[in-house]
Amino acid sequence: MDQKQFEDIVDKQNPKTPMFTNMLKAFLVGGIICTIGQLLVFFYIRFFSFTERTAANPTAATLVFIAMLLTGFGYYKKISQFAGAGSAVPITGFGNSVVSAAIEHKTEGYVLGVGGNMFKLAGSVIVFGVLSAFFVALIKTILVKIGVVSW
Amino acid sequence: MISSLIVAFVVGGLICVVGQILMDGLKLTPAHTMSTLVVSGSILDGFGLYEPLIAFAGAGATVPITSFGNSLTHGALAEAEKHGLIGVLTGMFEVTSSGISAAILFGIIAAFIFQKRNTTY
Amino acid sequence: MVKANGTIQFTEKPSIASTGVTVGPMEKDSPFASAFDEILLLEKEKNESYEEANTRFIEKACAITVKKGHEKMENIDVFIGGDLINQLSPTNFAARKLKIPYLGVFSACASSVESLIIGSLLLESGKASSILAGASSHHPAVERQFRYPLEYGAQKPKTAQWTVTAAGFALLQKQVKNAPIITHGTIGRVVDGKQANPLHMGAAMAPAARDTIERHLTNTNSKVSDFDVIMTGDLGKIGLNILKDMFTDEDCHVILQDAGAQFYGEDTFFNAGASGAGCSAAVFLSHIYNQLQNGTFKRVLLVATGALLSPLTFQQGETIPCIAHAIECRMEKRN
Repeated sequence: MDQKQFEDIVDKQNPKTPMFTNMLKAFLVGGIICTIGQLLVFFYIRFFSFTERTAANPTAATLVFIAMLLTGFGYYKKISQFAGAGSAVPITGFGNSVVSAAIEHKTEGYVLGVGGNMFKLAGSVIVFGVLSAFFVALIKTILVKIGVVSW
Repeated sequence: MISSLIVAFVVGGLICVVGQILMDGLKLTPAHTMSTLVVSGSILDGFGLYEPLIAFAGAGATVPITSFGNSLTHGALAEAEKHGLIGVLTGMFEVTSSGISAAILFGIIAAFIFQKRNTTY
Repeated sequence: MVKANGTIQFTEKPSIASTGVTVGPMEKDSPFASAFDEILLLEKEKNESYEEANTRFIEKACAITVKKGHEKMENIDVFIGGDLINQLSPTNFAARKLKIPYLGVFSACASSVESLIIGSLLLESGKASSILAGASSHHPAVERQFRYPLEYGAQKPKTAQWTVTAAGFALLQKQVKNAPIITHGTIGRVVDGKQANPLHMGAAMAPAARDTIERHLTNTNSKVSDFDVIMTGDLGKIGLNILKDMFTDEDCHVILQDAGAQFYGEDTFFNAGASGAGCSAAVFLSHIYNQLQNGTFKRVLLVATGALLSPLTFQQGETIPCIAHAIECRMEKRN
């Protein structure tokens, strides 16, 4: 049997990914999380005198707090199996990746274990966010300086 | 208020759908997917498109991880406008992301208070 | 003697005198549950790490095996064991407690049969008379090493398999009355089907299983229908179908089975089925062993399959090479 024949058999037996259903579930759960976020924004504007822009900060922190509770009690992964990107893409997903890694590594101590491994999953998001911001800002600044675009 | 909620729901949901397509269609790992989305948020801000999206969709645009890329870029650009090229560096590091700070803080708190669990259904 | 292509015939009748299988709470609804010796209700006790828990499962399974074989731990000549954790820590720490001369082995999920082959070789050579051999795995310990922290929300595809929490060990002695005999062992070759998806191990391992089964059949001059069952370790439901498609022999469809595909029954929570060194060990040394003992099966081929990847090789863009070790067991007529 050659490689091509084997690949054909693998393809034939491959279960179809239910892409449409997954997209629907992601849309639903992602939408709900963002709606909760919007409610929190209104809450912070109304009761804590934040503005439309600055309310995003405590909202993000609150959502991460909720993600911490759901992760610690074992519910986040159940939501994620259903929602896929719907629970991974919002800031709650970022929180889940940090919190789950932190809890997982407590057996190795707080310094080396928790501290050293907390960003195992989330690290690339921060690294590439910073890298991208640097290049985008650099390129745009140069383009503005030479007069191609304006701020 | 209701309309803001609906718009937040739809826009947030759609950004998540993009993530799902990256995961299922392009077979990217979660880390690759999130990194791609963060970079996208950053690039969109470069084109001046993310801030209008936030004005339109509120939490629908600020809650997804794309907004992290946007706020880093936005801070860098704001400082660059004031101070030139050096602003690109100083502006980025001036941005305190409450999302990251919260994640670190709640991560270590969670490690203190939660036990490692047994596997369950 | 070792034939040209890795099949060893054992003439001294190394027998499986007794077995001991411990499993975790997630395994209690398995169709094989009644054959398992003990279902430990706590996957992990309060102040244990997952790796320490894995050690506990091994120690318990070994104690049960030796007791059922009417033997004493201090009379065992060699302890051979393997698991999936880095540097075999769980088995090393179990060996620390058992204090028996120890050979740690690793071929991922094929470690169970690798242990049994090496044990049989020791008996065959006459250099040892009592061997404790087997393998184990522990779900959260493996997840966090190879994949993600237990509480991380990564969506699993239908091809993913669930690592079992189980330890299976056997007491091997020569010429035990009314015990299944290991007649042949076929040592696997590393086969790379150029699959790179660690969430679809079944496809990666099928070529290795096929290679070992074909060599075994050729070297023993047998065909598929000579066996009551040819059971692979953990190809899973999809991997088993791939393997069946790779054979032209019609008999394969009934006789070829997979422990991982059957381990959790039809429960879709476990997607494509069970995997892990403990999967083959638990099923071969409980259910299959019982069927041999009571005469239902007279001749079986047990093919444990292993994926030889590490978390690093995947990140380095490597494909997943695999290996499959096999033993042929027969039950002689009862005296």
